[in-house]
Amino acid sequence: MGTDRIEKHALLKAPIARVWDAISDSQKFGTWFGMEVDGPFVEGAEVSGRITETSVDDDIAEKQRPYVGEPVTLWIVAVEPRRRLAFRWNALPGPEFADLTTLVEFTLSEDGDGVLLQIVESGFDALPDEHRDTTFQGNSEGWTIQLQLVGTYLDREVDA
Amino acid sequence: MTSATAVVSVFDALGDPKRLQIVIGLCDTGPKSTLQVAQSISLSRQATTKHLELLSVAGVVNSTKHGRQRVWTVQPQPLNAAGDYLTTLSARWDRAIERLRMFVED
Repeated sequence: MGTDRIEKHALLKAPIARVWDAISDSQKFGTWFGMEVDGPFVEGAEVSGRITETSVDDDIAEKQRPYVGEPVTLWIVAVEPRRRLAFRWNALPGPEFADLTTLVEFTLSEDGDGVLLQIVESGFDALPDEHRDTTFQGNSEGWTIQLQLVGTYLDREVDA
Repeated sequence: MTSATAVVSVFDALGDPKRLQIVIGLCDTGPKSTLQVAQSISLSRQATTKHLELLSVAGVVNSTKHGRQRVWTVQPQPLNAAGDYLTTLSARWDRAIERLRMFVED
């Protein structure tokens, strides 16, 4: 895998059964994530939901507020008890982002008396085929980091 | 606001190592002619033109004509928009993880 992904790690001081339940029970997931979810997370299922107010906070509140109530669809890819939950979803709510989906994977492993949780969001690859250039399929080498470098460079240019 | 489609085009455009190299090169050294770009990435002029045109469609570069030469320049806005998008997604997970922590920990 390349670096076209967002990767997060967290050590949670809770039993693995409770962490798995909080992630894999769609109602509980919705509670902490900030989403009303219409059905259970079952492999192969398409689950609809809506963004709720609780996902709105801090600096991006203004940006997010218009999204409250926006529909979100989750396509459940994998449900492996106490180990892994994966789904594809619209990375951001709102009609202008409808074409954009990413793969989200939660991976759990026991660590002492806690749980090491890894969240990976990857695969910004939902472009309609007609927009794709077949010569670069499957190759996304390093662009995230490079993009940051480019951004840093551009900032410097502006300051100069 | 930049549309998501535009952001995805940027991701796609930069998903090829040669095109990424072109963009980094234009950032490092400033505007270049098609021939200078081709030399910098060791590709034929024709292949380089194809890459440049794709970058141009994504809005990452644009060109101006100087006599018979075409000179290419990086466009910062689409790159910044793509960067902002990643930052937004990343920050959302940071906040979600903290809410999950409150939810599962005693």
